[in-house]
Amino acid sequence: MKSNLAALAAGLLFGFGLMLSGMSNPGEVLSFLDWSGVWSPDLMGVLGSAVLVSVIGFQLARRRKRPWFEDEFPALPKKPIDRSLLIGNLLFGIGWGLAGYCPGPALAGLALGNNEVLIFLVAMLAGGYLQQGWARKRSDR
Amino acid sequence: MLTELDPSSHWLAGQVAGIHLFTLAGGMVIGAAAVFLYHAIGRIAGISGIFFTGMKEGGVWRWLFLVGIVLGAGLGAHLFPTLNIVTRPNPGFWILVSSGLLVGWGTRQGGGCTSGHGVCGLGRLSPRSLVAVLVFMAAGVFTASVLRHWLGVPA
Repeated sequence: MKSNLAALAAGLLFGFGLMLSGMSNPGEVLSFLDWSGVWSPDLMGVLGSAVLVSVIGFQLARRRKRPWFEDEFPALPKKPIDRSLLIGNLLFGIGWGLAGYCPGPALAGLALGNNEVLIFLVAMLAGGYLQQGWARKRSDR
Repeated sequence: MLTELDPSSHWLAGQVAGIHLFTLAGGMVIGAAAVFLYHAIGRIAGISGIFFTGMKEGGVWRWLFLVGIVLGAGLGAHLFPTLNIVTRPNPGFWILVSSGLLVGWGTRQGGGCTSGHGVCGLGRLSPRSLVAVLVFMAAGVFTASVLRHWLGVPA
């Protein structure tokens, strides 16, 4: 119960931050990614300040044996820096630069009466499922 | 064009070195949300991972986190209505579809997105996430600056 409420609170805070930071506006995202026109460093400010808080927070968490509401920290799988990582993030970056949406801001857009994100989210879901089907097929071979 | 708060009515409309204060404040809130989720239940606030795992395996906390994002954004839009705008032209149906497909495929294959690799991965000082961020940033900049214009997407 406490864990679920904490997840809801974290989501609320995250969504509020996405809105306040301007990241829910794909125009703001593209004004950073597009170097051919009037460039804005705002997105760097968002990521920079988020990472600053997160570095401090995750370092503090290393001193803890367990989270507040769970018995242990779930083990994080150790994965290599491999082709999947490079190709996957290359494709993600291309998709991000095309319309200015990554998953969080697209979800946030649902609350903002922004109908574009519906098309984007359905396609995103399809893309994820296609990838998982493809990965399963490959591992069967 | 940029998102704007009315400078006469809000101190967050100010800038430091060309960066708007509201973006810094928003970034800190995002970071705090990720840190809170980890301290509370030990989970990484990677939205693509939570979204797709939630679709596949369920998990009440995942759905509540995702619902929270939508509600939190709505709350923000209520408190800061001038930030709730889209300042770029609609790129059109096919661009939205292809960008969605690429983001869905890419975040699954690459194991994360801006939140999981960016905010959390960099926060955890993960070399793998640093590589991921450098790759998706470079691809995003190339696509938005060059490819998007070649394709004739309205900018």
